[in-house]
Formats: sequence, structure tokens, C-alpha cells
Amino acid sequence: MALIDNMSVQDLLGELAAQGLQMFLVLLLAPLMLGVTRKVKARLLRRRGPSVLLPYRDIWKLMHKEAVLAHNASWVYRSAPYLIFAATWVAAALVPTYATGLLFSWSADLIAIVALLATARFALALAGMDVGTAFGGIGSSREMLISSLAEPAMLLIAFTVALVAGTTQLSAIAAHMIHEPVGLRVSLGLALFAFIFVGVAENARIPIDNPATHLELTMVHEAMVLEYSGRHLAVIEAAAALKLVLYFSLLICLFAPFGMITGEKSFQTLGIALGVYVAKLLVLAVALPIGETAVAKMRVFRYPIFLGGAFAAAALAVFLLFVSQSF
Amino acid sequence: MLAGGRGQGAEAELSMPVIAVLGGVAALIALAAIAIAIARTGPATGIVYGASLVVSAFLLGVALFQLGTGAGMAPSLVLPLGLPGLGSHFRMDALASFFLIVVNLGGTLTSLYGLGYGRHETWPARVLPFFPAFLAAMNLVVLADDAFTFLLSWELMSLASWAIVVAHHEAPANTRAGYIYLLMASFGTLCLLLAFGLLAGAGGDYAFAAIRAAKPGELVAGLAFVLALAGAGSKAGLVPLHVWLPLAHPAAPSHVSALLSGVMTKVGVYGFVRIVFDLIGEPATWSSMVVLAFGGITSALGVLYALMQHDLKRLLAYHTVENIGIIFIGLGLAMAFQANGMGWAAALALTAGLFHVFNHSIFKSLLFYGAGAVLTATGERDMERLGGLIHRLPHTGVVFLIGCAAISALPPLNGFVSEWLTFQAILVSPQIAQWGLKFLIPAVGALLALSAALAAACFVKAFGVTFLGRPRTPAAEDATEVDRCSLAAMYVLAAICFLAGVLPGFVIDFLAPVVRDLAGARLPPQSAMRWLSIVPIAESRSSYNGMVILAFFLCSAVLTATFIHRFATRATRRSAIWDCGYPVVSPTTQYTSSSFAMPIRRVFGTTVFQVHESVKMPGPGEMSAAHFHVKVLDPAWRLAYGPLARATWMAAQKLNGLQFLTIRQYLTLTVSTLIILLLLVVLWR
Repeated sequence: MALIDNMSVQDLLGELAAQGLQMFLVLLLAPLMLGVTRKVKARLLRRRGPSVLLPYRDIWKLMHKEAVLAHNASWVYRSAPYLIFAATWVAAALVPTYATGLLFSWSADLIAIVALLATARFALALAGMDVGTAFGGIGSSREMLISSLAEPAMLLIAFTVALVAGTTQLSAIAAHMIHEPVGLRVSLGLALFAFIFVGVAENARIPIDNPATHLELTMVHEAMVLEYSGRHLAVIEAAAALKLVLYFSLLICLFAPFGMITGEKSFQTLGIALGVYVAKLLVLAVALPIGETAVAKMRVFRYPIFLGGAFAAAALAVFLLFVSQSF
Repeated sequence: MLAGGRGQGAEAELSMPVIAVLGGVAALIALAAIAIAIARTGPATGIVYGASLVVSAFLLGVALFQLGTGAGMAPSLVLPLGLPGLGSHFRMDALASFFLIVVNLGGTLTSLYGLGYGRHETWPARVLPFFPAFLAAMNLVVLADDAFTFLLSWELMSLASWAIVVAHHEAPANTRAGYIYLLMASFGTLCLLLAFGLLAGAGGDYAFAAIRAAKPGELVAGLAFVLALAGAGSKAGLVPLHVWLPLAHPAAPSHVSALLSGVMTKVGVYGFVRIVFDLIGEPATWSSMVVLAFGGITSALGVLYALMQHDLKRLLAYHTVENIGIIFIGLGLAMAFQANGMGWAAALALTAGLFHVFNHSIFKSLLFYGAGAVLTATGERDMERLGGLIHRLPHTGVVFLIGCAAISALPPLNGFVSEWLTFQAILVSPQIAQWGLKFLIPAVGALLALSAALAAACFVKAFGVTFLGRPRTPAAEDATEVDRCSLAAMYVLAAICFLAGVLPGFVIDFLAPVVRDLAGARLPPQSAMRWLSIVPIAESRSSYNGMVILAFFLCSAVLTATFIHRFATRATRRSAIWDCGYPVVSPTTQYTSSSFAMPIRRVFGTTVFQVHESVKMPGPGEMSAAHFHVKVLDPAWRLAYGPLARATWMAAQKLNGLQFLTIRQYLTLTVSTLIILLLLVVLWR
């Protein structure tokens, strides 16, 4: 923030461009990452799988189709896709990806980003209930169950990281992890464990939800968006892809921020940092389907065990840090 | 002589705000008296609510002016009323000014809402006289500067509100609510009476100035703290003293429910803050632990209770309990920091707590007004019989949605800011030395995180079942939008939700004098921060900017929508519901409030509430309907009040024998009691 005052117009434009780059970087990479996870999963199941570029084509195609609305769909239903997308996009654009200390990095910290995702979820759950079908209701109800278990765990993870780094600013956390001798810590290990569980649940992946299913008993996310079509569906799909990249970025930023630019930016460092970021994303996009194919989908009432584990791990990490900062 | 006159003049000038507020209070009491006379005439509703609106707005202006400009000043006034030798003391320091703002903002908008809503009242004579009296009493509690005036006003507040709660005593549930409310209110006042008695000491000087000056011993301070927590906590709705709240708040007419839930619980919080932070002074570590533990349990249980409800107003009332828990977490943290000499952290926690006091008074009033609008439009409070109201009540739908989002702590609205500040306060607490607190604070943080997430689930349910979907009954189908006064009140509150969320720095700065008086420190001035961010500690540590978030949010939403509409397609077709190809026409197939909460009820409720679900299916060939029954038990009734009531009953049975003694036995009893008391006195000396 202090940066802005003693900055020439040229520098300001450069900083704006850096922030804008991050904003559009996550947006453009999101469908690709989704494509990569689908491709890897297909290969693991010994299918050939669609092209990794298919999500782009899907979104583009859906965007050009007319939207079919139920007769009793209200303005909540029509505006929800854009609100969900905007909240997710803003959150994703504020997570440091290739550099720390971007122009607007101070406007929302980790807690605010978790809350922005909660805003998106709130809108999605309401949209699921708008038309008044049993499917929408079941999806919303289960989504809120999952979030009521996953969100506290996520906040405790935020506490853990904030206690280690002494700040809740993501940019400052990443810089702290890069520059300070943080070392291997029990608390961060527990937080990572919990984060993976939460990320899997929040992104509607196996074992919590199955993004590929249309079997009513197992649907959560898909049930909520069942009535959506055309451009609304395109925006929702894009938001889901963004959310996946957001969680990847968050994992990178909190637990593996090496390779980020922390000082002056030049084209050379920029190229390296972007390359490192994309490489890290690809590693995660490959690892996720490997994990997914190794486990089976859970029954709904086993979610509390899965997410309760994450909650307990994160709570333990926070307790340890309250006992001693060196854990 | 001239100098004396000038001195008097300056004194009179100094006490002007108090005189102004007392004048307003007198006007409200006079209005109550007038209302008795005119209540049965036609224009009474308009006159009473209109006059309350004017007087409350005036009081609000005075309080705003005093907090905004009278930095460090505490105008006071002594009236020769009340106990002989004591008089009535009134004082308007920063804390009192802040709570006067909360009370009168609620009072103003409730009067505005009442101008419309009050017309539907079937028995206006049962509500109208008590409404201004209730407002006057709440103002007096906050203004009082001696224990006698405080308790008298407190009782007046309880009684005036009780009278409105039982306004519709034809319904047996309301009479029961009134009975339990009266019991709990008497219990609370008794506790406060004892607390003040202990603090005043043997000398018995009940003026707050004297109590403040006398430093109580550790034992007296501890006892007074426990009594204040019980007394003020019972009014605020701290678990397990909350049981009257979900019964009494929904029983009153909706605008008064808003006052009870949004404002009177805050007066309870005020009582606690006044006694514990101001009168007792330096808190002990254990007392902060007690407050934190009760706050954490209250917040988590409150929202779980709320999730189990299907009566809209009762859901809101239970949810008040959660918010009281969040406020008490902030206060408990402030006490813990104070006990450790961390003034700046105490200032942060106290700011968070008081900010939430303000926020909750705003959005809870808004939601109760919304529930009142639904009640007016449909005659229903049961969410299972509503649905699809967003089409019939478009304005109410918008403001109710804003209220739901704000109370679920979603950015960029105001509820998020106070929760964010509370989280920030939790994150500086590892520096506290005591081990008990080191374990308790993270646990409380986890409970707070849990209740924040469950609150969102609760309000998705409340809004989704009531306003979205398809109407479940003809009443919901034929609803019509409510009047303009009600809508105006709701829109104002919704606007405040937005403003306080987007520009929280101004609210924090406004709270600074209050916090400085109580915690001895304040947060750095926020309006000086660039781009109007809020930075509670240091820029490198944490900052949040609701305005930038809102701007980004709106820009990206509008950009996306415009891009798609411009470059892709904007074609839209209306069609029947798809529902995976098997649309069922009947609206009863929608998810209801009970079915929405079922997963959460299963996960959390079975242990906490001993939820019992039973399904009765008709046998083959039978034509009877199937039945599904859910029984949710409030553990407070099971564990605390049930045994207490049984014990009281048993004792009453046993003591009943004492009513049938001979005169000789009575004399023996009397004389022996006298001897025992004399013995005690002798031994005590």
C-alpha cells in the first residue's frame, strides 16, 4: 500500500499490468488444468480421454447457446452464475501466483479469501434452491453440510499458517516462507494434510463428490447446477475450473512458494517465475487424479469422518503453535 | 458572584446532552401515558409510532453528536429523585453514547416500520402504550449512573417488554413464553442486585462514581463478576440462560421482536461491559476464561439450535444467541489481553466485540422486519408452508437476502468485518502467558469458525426455503408486497449493512473513544489509512479493504456478463422445469426446512440435541398417511432447567407442611429463628 504513494506513473502502470497479468493468468490456465486432470484420469482408467483443450471448447460452445430458464426462475437464479464467477475470480486473482507484493495484494488476506469463496458458495446454494426441485435442494443441503465441515478446517489452516508467518497476508506469508528459515514443521505438515482434504472436498472431487457423475444419489455440485444451461452453465463451469486453480495456487503459495519473485521484476525473472508456477500447477493437476483413482467415493454420512479428520489435524496444528512457536 | 454564575453556566452547558436525552425519555414516557388514553381511537397507531420516530431520531442525533465530538467528555447530571441521599445520577460517557446510538437507531427504524406494520395489529391498545415505555427504559438503563436508577430502569425495561410479549395471550404458547421470560428476568435482576450490593460494599454508596473509585477485593470482584455475567447474560441470551429468548422474541409483534432481539440483548451486553470493564476494573485471568468458554459454547450451540428450527422468527431468535456468543468471545478476549497488560490487543478485541454489537443490531432488526413482512403478507411464520415469495415480495426479498448475507459474515458486508477483527484478535493471542488461555483460545477460535460456517447454512435455509422455490401453500401464492414505511425501514438497514461493510474504518474510528475509555488503548486511526483499508495492527500483518473487494467484485461480474451478452449470446428461453427429465408438479416435492437441515441434524444433532426421528409408514393396503416426526431436545432444558424445576417442586411439596402448624409451633419456629440469627451476629463479631 505504501508502495503506491512514492511511485511514478510508469511504475504504477507496470504494477497494474503485473496484477492484471495474474488476474488473467489464472482465468486462462483454469480450463487447461481441468483438462489435464481429466486427461490423466482417463489415461489411468485406460481410456484415451478427450483433448486437454476440451474444457475451453466446452465453455466456448456453451457460451453461445441460448439459456433455457424455468418459468419460475427468479433474478437470483439468473444473476447467481455471474456472482459466483466474480467472487471466485476475485479470490483467485488475489492469491499470489508468480510474485509476491502485487499492487492489490493487501486488499484481502487469507481469511477474506476463504470468506469470498463462502460468498460464492452461498450464491450457488441459493441458486440450487431457486427453481424448487428436489435435486437442487439435495445438492444445496449437502453442499452446506460439506462447507460447514470444510470451512472451519480451512480457517484453522489459515490460523496455522498465520501463526507461523506472523501475518494473514498471503503475499507476506509467501515471502516469509521463502526468506525465513521456516524449516520442516509439524504444524505445517498437519496443515498441509488438512488442506488437501479440504481442497478435495471443496472442489467436489472423489471421495467427496464425483465431477463426472450424473447419478442422482451421489451428486452434490452437479445437483445444484442441474437446471442450468447455455451461457449460465458456461460461467458456472468456468468458476468451478477457477476454483480448482485457486486451491492449487493457494497450496503453492502457502506450502511451496519457492521460485516466486519477491523483489524487482524483470522480463527474465518473470519468465522463470511463470514457468515455475505453471510447472507446479501441472504437478498438482497430475497428482490430483492419481489420488482420485486410488480411492472410492464415500457415502454422504462418512463425510464428517473425512472432514472431521482435516478439522482435527488443523486444530492440533493450531494448538501446537499456541504451545510453542517452534512447532 | 459573576465567576460562580459562569461556572454554573459552563456546568449546565456540559450536562446539556444528558438533559436532552432525559427530555427525550420524558417525552417517550409522556407518549406512553397518552397512548393509554388514545389507544382505542383510529389514528393512535400513526400518532404513537410517528412521535416515537421523531423522539428516537432526536435521541439518536444527540448520541451521535456526543460520541462524534465530545471526545473524553462525560457530561453528567444528578436529579433529586429516587432514593433519599442518593438521587438519580445520569452520565453520558463514550460507552453510554455508543449504546444510545444502538438503542435509538433501532428505536427510530422500528418506529418507522411500526407506522406500517402496526396497522395490522388486532389489539393496538395492548402494544401501543408499552412501546414508547420500552424505548424510554432502554435509554434510561444506558444513561443511569447509579445502581438504583440502573436497576429500576432495567426492571422497567423487562416489564414493558414482557407486556408486549404477552400482548397476544390468547395463544397458550405466548403465555408460557411470558411466564418463562418473567422468571428469567427476575433471576437476572436479582443477580445484578447482589452484584451491585457487593460492589457498593458495607458503606452502601450506590453511585457508579463511588463504586468505580473503591477497588474491590479479589473475592468481592470475583463474586460480582459471576453475578454480573449471570444477570446481564440472562438478558443477553448466554447459554444456558438463553431459554426464554427463543420463546419470548417470536411471541411479540415482529417490530418489537426486532427490538428485543436486535436492541435489548445489546442492553444486556451493555450491563456486562459497564460492570465488568468499567466498575470492577482490572479483570482476573480466570474471569476472562469463563467469558471465553461461555462465548464459544453459546456461539456454536446457538447456530445449531437455529438450524433445527422451521419457524422463521424462532430461527432468528435462536440465531441471536449465536451472535451474543460472538460478542462475548470478543469481550472475553479483551479481558484476557487486559489481564496480561496487552492494551493494544485488548483494544482490537473490544473493537471487534462492539462492532459486532452494532452489526448485529442492524442485521437482526432487518431480518425480523423481513419476517414481519412475510407474516403480514402470508399470515405464516412456518417456513414449511412458505416458498417462492421472491416473486410476490420482490423488495422484501432483496433486503432479506442482504440481511442473510450480512449475518452469514460474507464479504463485502458488515458481518464479515467484525468476525475478521475477532479472528485477528485470536491470532495475536499466543503471546498470552497463561496455559489455560493458551488452550482455551484456539478451541474458542475453532468454535467461532464452526459457527461462522453453520450460520451460512442456516441462512441459505432461511432464505432458500422461504423466498425461493415454489409456493407450498395458497397463502404463499397469493402474498402481496408490504407497505412503504416497512420497506423504507428495511432499505435503510440494508444500506447500513453495505456501508459499514464497505467503509468499516469509519465505524472503527467512531468506536475509538469507547475503546480508549475501557481498554486504555485504541486502534490506529483508520480513516488515515490509504484507500480506506482497515489495518488493525500493522500493514505487514493484516489488512482488508471492503471497498476494493466490492469494486473488483462488481467489475468482474459486470464485465463477464457484458462480454457474454455482447460477444456470445443473450438469447433466453423460458420453459418448464427440467429436473433430470422427471419434473414432478407438486410443490411438496421440494426440499423443506427440515429436509434441508437433515444432514447437519444427523451429524451434529444426535449427540448435542438427542434428536429423535421416527417414521410411521402405513401397512400394505392401508389408506392412512405416513408420518415423520422429529424431536429435538434443548440440552439446557434437559440438563439444567428440568432438574431445577423438579427440585423446586419437591421442595415446595415438603415445605407445604409448614403451612398447617399450630400456633405454638409457629411461635417456637419464630423464636428459634430469632435466636439463631442473634447467635450468628454474635459469632460474626
